[in-house]
Amino acid sequence: MTVPLLAVSHLNAVVGRAGNAPVLRDVSLTIARGEVHGLVGESGAGKSTIAKAILGILPHGIRITGGSIALEGEDLLTFDAVTLRQKLGPAVSLIPQDPQTALNPGRRIEAQLTDGLRLWKGMSAKDAHARALQLLEEVQMREPARVMRSFPHELSGGMRQRVLIAAAFALEPKLVIADEPTTALDVTVQKQILRLIRSMQERHGTGVVFVTHDLGVVAQICDRATLLYMGKVMEQGNVSDLLNKPRHAYTKALMEACPRYDQPGRGLAPVPEEVFAACRAEIAAFDQAGAGHG
Amino acid sequence: MIASVLVKRAGMAIVTLFGVAVVVFLLLRVAPGDPIAMMIGAGASASDIADLRARYGLDQPLLVQFGIWLAGVLRGDFGVSISLRRDVLELLAERLPATLELAGLACTFAVVIGGAVAVLGTLLRRRKGEAVLDGVNGLLLAVPDFVWALAFVLLLGVLWPVLPLSGRMDPSVGVPFVTRFYLTESVLTGRFVIAGDIIAHMVMPVLALALPLAAVIARILKDGLSEAMVQDYVLLARVKGMSELRLVVGEALRNAVGPTLALTGVQFTFLIGGTVIVERIFAFPGIGSMAIDAVINRDLPLIQGLVLVFGALFILVNLAVDLAVVALNPRLRHG
Ligand SMILES: Nc1ncnc2c1ncn2[C@@H]1O[C@H](COP(=O)(O)OP(=O)(O)OP(=O)(O)O)[C@@H](O)[C@H]1O
Ligand SMILES: [Mg+2]
Repeated sequence: MTVPLLAVSHLNAVVGRAGNAPVLRDVSLTIARGEVHGLVGESGAGKSTIAKAILGILPHGIRITGGSIALEGEDLLTFDAVTLRQKLGPAVSLIPQDPQTALNPGRRIEAQLTDGLRLWKGMSAKDAHARALQLLEEVQMREPARVMRSFPHELSGGMRQRVLIAAAFALEPKLVIADEPTTALDVTVQKQILRLIRSMQERHGTGVVFVTHDLGVVAQICDRATLLYMGKVMEQGNVSDLLNKPRHAYTKALMEACPRYDQPGRGLAPVPEEVFAACRAEIAAFDQAGAGHG
Repeated sequence: MIASVLVKRAGMAIVTLFGVAVVVFLLLRVAPGDPIAMMIGAGASASDIADLRARYGLDQPLLVQFGIWLAGVLRGDFGVSISLRRDVLELLAERLPATLELAGLACTFAVVIGGAVAVLGTLLRRRKGEAVLDGVNGLLLAVPDFVWALAFVLLLGVLWPVLPLSGRMDPSVGVPFVTRFYLTESVLTGRFVIAGDIIAHMVMPVLALALPLAAVIARILKDGLSEAMVQDYVLLARVKGMSELRLVVGEALRNAVGPTLALTGVQFTFLIGGTVIVERIFAFPGIGSMAIDAVINRDLPLIQGLVLVFGALFILVNLAVDLAVVALNPRLRHG
């Protein structure tokens, strides 16, 4: 058996001073090389918490209480901060949610595209410049030379997200984490950006964790997906299985709630209250069992 | 953008200076105290006094006095000092360079120290060191410049006399200077022994002026840095694997200096005001200590000249700060 690119196993996390409010409940998932893995769930389900835990940037209120996050077999949670930075910097990158705030307003695009190349690949300024131009062309940026000289405020939201995608793939990382990369964009731009991420990922053979609350997006670009509710995995598997033969009532209900491009007459039925009640009962039973062990 | 700021500011500067001139002129005439009485002995006859008053134009109506003075100023003639009996402009030209060197050095020092403390405090955030640094800085914020000056006099001048207590340089130095910018000139011409002596004379007054400003800069800049450090672009740079120092200096600092600079400009004008008392304590021959003598002697022409110089300094400093803020912010720079 080969070691997966990323293996999160039995990850538990809590929030608060007392540490009594779980945010992640025994989350396990694996991602193979070149796989796009959807992380789905409604607001507060813990999607970003998982993403941040992988990147080692959890906010100070959230504490990991158990489990492991292994990148190519190495448990990231055992590294000190400096080692982690050196392991993750060139290997894992992030496509953030809001392109308006994710670029430094005081630095030119060129500087923000080349700093990683110079730091981790030891490139000269000239080589890094050439590589950055090439990356901008790869993300289908018009007038890449002008964009390089621009400051972020001179670019549109879609252009900035393209810059951020170029930056995310610049170092040929093994894993890219995209945390709702299209929610802040115009609907018309959203589809282009989704297609761009998928094509970049295919060309570079990159594993992707794709955070979203939209099953439609999952159907469009993910190979496999994990469905979360209140920090617990509800269902996990191939996207085609998940969408065609959902096993969990929550998955079914979410699909009812989701507009379908292939069946325009359907959709937008709210998740029924009894489904939520069943999910909460499941969570309560899980917490009870955990308390029993401890 | 920068040109339009300059034009607008130049117009405002003239209006401001004129307003300052009017107010000071009126206040000085209304305030009690007679310059002539200060300059001659008790036994002078009434006709002597009247003669002197006429010589300095003090017997004219207020409006006429102001008109004469203003017409002179516009011609570059600031009148003659009553107490020193010398041309006011000449006196100012003699003294101003000393104050400019003092204030400039103090400001540079404050920026360096304050900036370093802010960066250090940001690097140490959420550790014990941060609280210690914040506490010390809070104390420094509460100590005004003249208290520092007196403390330095006691410590470094009297208890452990390592530094010269007064003056701008050792009076026995007989080297001729071309300009009045003694420190700048001696450094530029490579006369480092003299430069060292001048710096030794400036250490205490510079520190006294710089420490309160450094504390303000440290506080404001650290707030700005803390705000910038939680922005998404810093998070993204962290994910890229940038070191903590690089996050603070390379990412956050450039966005935090703008607001800090704007507030520091205001504080720097306080520093110029502070030179008045600090120069006095260290008998430093700048326009600050001259201002105190001028006020004590009711030397009306000299006070008026000094006030215009102080006003012009305030305006220039704030203009420089505004231009720097624009230059540092790409969004403003490109309109
Ligand atoms: N900085 C924080 N301090 C304390 N609690 C937090 C913090 N960030 C998130 N949480 C809590 O952790 C839980 C999971 O949040 P998370 O951000 O992972 O959700 P999400 O699935 O990404 O939701 P969204 O779709 O809104 O982004 C939530 O209950 C939230 O209240
Ligand atoms: Mg989120």
